Amino acid sequence: MSIGWYLAVSAIVFALGAAGVMVRRNPLVVLLCLELMLNGANLALIAFSRMWGNGDGQILALIVMTVAACEVCIGLGMVVAIHRRRLPIDVDELRELQG
Amino acid sequence: MSAVLFFIAGFGAIAGAVGVVMLRDPFYAVLALVGHLLSLAVLFLLLRAEFVAAVQVVVYAGAVMVLYVFVVAYVGGREEPIGELLRGRGPAGAQLRLGAAVLSGALLVELLIALLGTGLKAVSGDGAPYAPGPRTFGTPAYIGQLLLTRFLLVFEAASFLLLIAAVGAVVLARRRGGIDDDGDMNGRVPTPLDLVRPRETGTMAEGVGTRR
Repeated sequence: MSIGWYLAVSAIVFALGAAGVMVRRNPLVVLLCLELMLNGANLALIAFSRMWGNGDGQILALIVMTVAACEVCIGLGMVVAIHRRRLPIDVDELRELQG
Repeated sequence: MSAVLFFIAGFGAIAGAVGVVMLRDPFYAVLALVGHLLSLAVLFLLLRAEFVAAVQVVVYAGAVMVLYVFVVAYVGGREEPIGELLRGRGPAGAQLRLGAAVLSGALLVELLIALLGTGLKAVSGDGAPYAPGPRTFGTPAYIGQLLLTRFLLVFEAASFLLLIAAVGAVVLARRRGGIDDDGDMNGRVPTPLDLVRPRETGTMAEGVGTRR
C-alpha cells in the first residue's frame, strides 16, 4: 500500500477527533477525542518514518504516546476532582476556574 | 495480502473513531477507543513499526484504557442525549456545535489536500526499501539503540514528565480538606505508623473519600 493511504486514514481520524473535542460535552469523552487526535498524528509520524526508512519518526511517536499518557493522567485526575466537588461533569456547565 | 489487511485495519480505526465521537455512553466510547487502538496497532505493524505497535497494545490499549474504564465506572459518566449532541442548549449553542462540525469537515478537506496533494513523490510510493533482520528499522533493538544514544535527552525528559504527571494526578485527585485528625482511634491500638503519617492517608478509604 502506498504511504498516501495511511496519511488519508490519519487525516480522517484527526478530523473526527477534532469534531469530537468541539462537539461533545462530557470531559471524559473530550479526553478520548484528544487521544484520537494524538493517534492520528502518530499514524502520520509512523507513515513518514516508513517513507524515509528512518526511525526518528517512531521515536517521536513514542514520545507523543508518553505525553498522551501524562495528559490522560492529569485529565482524569481533574475529572475525579470535579466529581468529588459534586459539580456537573459537563464542559458547558463548568465556566469558572475558581478553586 | 497487505492491502486487504490495510483496508480491514483502516476501516476498524475509522469505525472506532466514529464510535468514540458518536456513542452516548462514555463506557462504550472507551471500548470503541480500545478497538480503534488495536486497529491502529495493526496499521503500525504494516508500516514496519513493530516496537511501537507492541507498545501501543500493551501500554495504550492495556494500561491507559484500564485507567479510563475505572474513572468512567467511578464517575458513572452521564449519558448525553444524542439529539442534544448537535442541538446544544439554546440557539447559540446549536449554531456553535453545527459550526464546530462544519469546521472539522473543513479541517479534514484541508488535511487531505495538504497530505495527498503534496509535491513529495515518495508519498505515492511504498516507502524506503526494507530488508528483514534482527536490527533493522522498527525492531526493539533499533528503537532502543536510538533512544539511548541520539535521543537520550528526550528519553530522560519523557521519564521526568511521566513522574510529574503521576505526582500531579495524585495531588489533583486527593481528598480536599485534608485528613481529619480528630485524634480518636476508635479503640484502635496506635501503631508506630500513626506517628509517621496522619491516619488513613495513603489508604483506599482516603482514595475513594468514604470518610467525610
